[in-house]
Amino acid sequence: MADLFEQYEVFIPKPVLDRAKTLTKQYKLSEKDTKSVLDKIKTTYEDMKIAPGEAIGIVTAESFGEPGTQMILRSFHFAGASEMKVTMGLPRLIEIFDARKNPSTPVMEVYLQKKYSQSPTQVKEIAARIKETKLEEVASEFLLNIIENNVEVKLARKKMTEFNLSSKDIADIIVANLKNVTVDQDRDSLIIKSTIKEIKLSELYKLKEKSKEIHISGVKGIARVLPMKVEEEYIIYCVGSNLKDMLEIEEIDAARTRTNDVAEIGDVLGVEAARQAIVDEILKVIGEQGLNIDIRHIMLLADAMTATGEIKGVTRSGITQEKESVLAKASFETPIPHLVDASLTGEVDQLSSVIENVMLNQPVPLGTGLPGLMAKMKPKVEK
Amino acid sequence: MTEYVYKKVGSIVFGVLSPMIIKKMSATKIVTPELYDKEGYPVDGGLMDVRMGVIDPGLKCKTCGGKLKECMGHFGYIELARPAIHVKYVDTVYDLLRYTCKSCGRIYADEEKIRIHKLAIEEKTKTEKYIAVKREYEEFASSLKTIKKCPYCQAKKVELKLEKPVSFYEEDQKLTPIEIKTRLEKISDADLELIGINPAFARPEWFVLTMLPVPPVTVRPSITLDTGERSEDDLTHKLSDIVRINQRLFENINAGAPEVIVEDLWELLQYHIMTYFDNDIAQVPPARHRSGQPLKTLTDRIKSKEGRFRYNLAGKRVNYAARTVISPDPKIKLGEVGIPIVVAMDLTIPETVNSWNFAKLKEYVQRGPKEYPGANYVIRPDGTKKQITDETKEQLLGELAEGFIVERHLIDGDISIFNRQPSLHRMSIMCHKVRVLPGNSFRVSPAVCFPYNADFDGDEMNLHIPQTEEARTEAEVLMSVRKHLITPKDGSNVIGCIEDAIVGCYLLTKELTLTKEEAIQLLISIGVDDSEKFSKLKDKVTGKEVFSVLLPDDFDFVGESKNDEEVIVKKGKLIEGVVDKNTIGSEGGSMIRSLYVTYKEAGFEITEKIFRLGIAVLLKNGFTTSISDTDITEKLKNEIEEILTEAEKKAKRYIKQFEDGELTPIHGRTIEETIELKIIEALTEARNDVGKLIAKSIPEKNNSALVMARSGARGKILNLAQMAGCVGQQALRGQRINTGYKKRALSMFEDNEMSPEAKGWIKNGYKRGLKPYEYFFHCLTGRDSLMDTALRTPKSGYLYRRISNALQDLRVEYDETVRDANRSIVQFKYGEDSIDVSKSENGTIDVEKIVKEVAKL
Repeated sequence: MADLFEQYEVFIPKPVLDRAKTLTKQYKLSEKDTKSVLDKIKTTYEDMKIAPGEAIGIVTAESFGEPGTQMILRSFHFAGASEMKVTMGLPRLIEIFDARKNPSTPVMEVYLQKKYSQSPTQVKEIAARIKETKLEEVASEFLLNIIENNVEVKLARKKMTEFNLSSKDIADIIVANLKNVTVDQDRDSLIIKSTIKEIKLSELYKLKEKSKEIHISGVKGIARVLPMKVEEEYIIYCVGSNLKDMLEIEEIDAARTRTNDVAEIGDVLGVEAARQAIVDEILKVIGEQGLNIDIRHIMLLADAMTATGEIKGVTRSGITQEKESVLAKASFETPIPHLVDASLTGEVDQLSSVIENVMLNQPVPLGTGLPGLMAKMKPKVEK
Repeated sequence: MTEYVYKKVGSIVFGVLSPMIIKKMSATKIVTPELYDKEGYPVDGGLMDVRMGVIDPGLKCKTCGGKLKECMGHFGYIELARPAIHVKYVDTVYDLLRYTCKSCGRIYADEEKIRIHKLAIEEKTKTEKYIAVKREYEEFASSLKTIKKCPYCQAKKVELKLEKPVSFYEEDQKLTPIEIKTRLEKISDADLELIGINPAFARPEWFVLTMLPVPPVTVRPSITLDTGERSEDDLTHKLSDIVRINQRLFENINAGAPEVIVEDLWELLQYHIMTYFDNDIAQVPPARHRSGQPLKTLTDRIKSKEGRFRYNLAGKRVNYAARTVISPDPKIKLGEVGIPIVVAMDLTIPETVNSWNFAKLKEYVQRGPKEYPGANYVIRPDGTKKQITDETKEQLLGELAEGFIVERHLIDGDISIFNRQPSLHRMSIMCHKVRVLPGNSFRVSPAVCFPYNADFDGDEMNLHIPQTEEARTEAEVLMSVRKHLITPKDGSNVIGCIEDAIVGCYLLTKELTLTKEEAIQLLISIGVDDSEKFSKLKDKVTGKEVFSVLLPDDFDFVGESKNDEEVIVKKGKLIEGVVDKNTIGSEGGSMIRSLYVTYKEAGFEITEKIFRLGIAVLLKNGFTTSISDTDITEKLKNEIEEILTEAEKKAKRYIKQFEDGELTPIHGRTIEETIELKIIEALTEARNDVGKLIAKSIPEKNNSALVMARSGARGKILNLAQMAGCVGQQALRGQRINTGYKKRALSMFEDNEMSPEAKGWIKNGYKRGLKPYEYFFHCLTGRDSLMDTALRTPKSGYLYRRISNALQDLRVEYDETVRDANRSIVQFKYGEDSIDVSKSENGTIDVEKIVKEVAKL
């Protein structure tokens, strides 16, 4: 039996073959019947195969464009609480296609390893550890001392003990994070002084605002955490995203933890992961809207965006920029800079893509425009 | 006769025109800003010089002797008294001046650096994409910015500043274009190549214009107004400005005028040349008409949606097309389109005369253009085209022979391409067969409305008639309606039953029983005459049996109906279930898709029959809906009232709790959010309960609205509940109506009132009518959704344009890979399994079905 399936490996895609394997077993088919099943699958598969020359890019574009008109424009999806809102619908789709560096609502789903994910108190403790704490949160007040030209930070003792910090620790952190400052301790407050003489008031104010943002503990960029019970375990939803630092936390299940920041996934895990992230994110948006687009289209788009090894947006500075043809670029957006550029280098447009041939009223290199006919001429016979 | 060039363009090279080429390609030198003399004849050496082509009928081009439409026009040139910088190349000029030495003209890079750079370029051209090479050039160039001393002559670099748009300053000393030109001339060809400029196509000194090419008159034709006055093109206006200033500058220089005057004129010349190329440069006031409207100059002609690229080059206009209003015709075939006789007599198909069609075509010519079916033109073998008129008819009939081409009227069965905008997917353009009908509108089967997204509230559609045999074949084989039953988007069917057809089939399979005679009559009326199956019918025929007559004998199907009941077809017999939208509807009609996948085009015919059967059933039994469908009994009314008051009471209780501070917040929410959520929940639940109650209490018998909702043909139970019962809570952005800054939405409410009424709860149904404040809240959400649609359309349109532009070159190759125009691989196997979604069932192979088939289960 096993060899039989092996024989068909060349002709039938693996998942289909596996399904056939389990089903034939389930229905207890004889070897002869199994063979005829596989033959049938093979012919069905051959029938379903895509024709060479098919303009699959356009089909994909249409598959996204048509449901795009049905999507809701302003839509938020709430993951548990209202502050955990995530952009969805058309704006999110555009965001993914643009390959923006920072999504408008970065969100992480942090999964924990089995031994940590069961007790709510433990999860809460981890969540508190993940959440980024800024100086602002361990301080009760920030004062601008105009006469002394310094910033006074009044510390909140209660909070500090919660985070197990002494005022010396905080002072060290401030010195490490700000340039050109000295920090003096004064009972319950820290005095931040700039080493620059005759500092302007506006700069002092900037210093105050900057010091508020100083990272004290936790994972940078994680603004809020929300532990939630999902099925059998607790997971932590986070507002803000920082995959790299998150993966370094011991209790985390790195395999399942994910972020919606595609660019970040690309940076941390590589372009293949980013491609999968694009597919997943698009699926999420489409599923949430109750629409259906075949996965093949989503994969093609994700592949086109990542084929160069970097994540390229579906914009004039992304995929379109990669094209060799001057006319193809010029016909999309900003035609004049493209033409000027081309004239400098004496660029040659080989007319290998679609749009230039449309411009010149010539057959396009797709579908029926692709094959040429070669006639076998017989020598002319004189009558 | 027009001469055709039967050659394919292989490639296009871009470059910059050198002054020499400009002079060479020109037919004349322009020396005077005047356009016409007193007689209205173009002045020699003026901008409308007949040597640059003609735009008046009767005149002949002095260069090539061609008349209007024969001569394509010829360039002229203006010799500039002083050079001017081309605005579009200032950035390049600025870069070049900064990268090269002022005194020796060499590039600021030593031999070693050049050697490394050359190697890198060579390497990248071989292995990488063109964009990587381009980036390498850019990187090399920008690395030169920081070098302060010439590595060759040791001269120090002098800081150069570009003051936009075109003034260069060196240590506060303004450089004239002449100086810039001499500096650029010094740069060697070899150095240019290092920063990616090809000296054969673009010598930098050409960026400083000394000759200005003047486009042919045919490019800027003047319009003669009704008054006989001539109105010149914007380009002509701009050019005449340039010529005028240029001549004045010449005169002043020759007369030895003071330097200040010359400088001023030069500046002005530079301005005119700048705006001639681009009339919206930052910091430059645009050149205007006398009326104050800005002139449309060269860049305006090229860029944007209405520019040359997107308007003329990427979009074409065609002949042999028609457009008119569409109207429904339930009797017409799915693959046909009804065409008005007037249209059929205007659109033609060229048919070559041969021995088999000679008699027929002769008849057409005999009838001529005024009688249907006739012909409009005859083309002789030598290519001359003759219109058929009463005068020419006799002669044409006489000479008609094999090899002539007759352009005859459309007749039934001709191929046409039918299209409705917006063409969002490929099913928006499909091939239909022509059916000539009386009337003035295109007749369409309601079943194909879905793929076109058409309705009949005044929609117009376009029709094209392919003119060559190849085009017709391609249209028929690739684009015909029957090939597009399944969308490649997700593998669901786009053609199926809609509206009446669904209701008809639903009623038929649900409750109707017919006599044998009635059943056969019904089937005959839709074109089914399967006598073998008729003979098997009993005296009393159930609707299911009538429906089964349409199905092939070996058809097996299991599906689910709208209310989750199984629909089973075994051996071509519908044995269980009622067909509705989920099984025979368009978009997700599982039975239709199964039929198509199993029987291919025969399945399409069956779909068509099912559609017609549904309509025929309604035609025979009658079906209508009226306001009385929303009537409810007094008892039901009280029950609904009870549900609603109960919900309101519940909401009041929450508010009381909130005010007393007894409400406990939901995890992760504030107390304010909690109360909102709880109220919304209570109210929505009440409305849903009303809906359920109505669905349960109103009998389906004699209630068409409910039948429509149940079968999925039109409307939902919810709509019915909103009419009969209660409209429900109006939600704006997922919340109740906001009170805004004034603490209340309407002045009839108290400040910060939280009651259901004050925040958009509509207790009444549409039929009973809304109270003024309810109506207001309803309009509020209505406006919001209207805005959403209006803003979404352009956004998603742009998204589509971007995706299609990025992906348009991707195609499946013969080796199953997906590649782009540069032939670099995007996917090794399309979709990882090479399955065409539009040929599959939901993009998968139904293994279970095949196994069951073999196991004979």
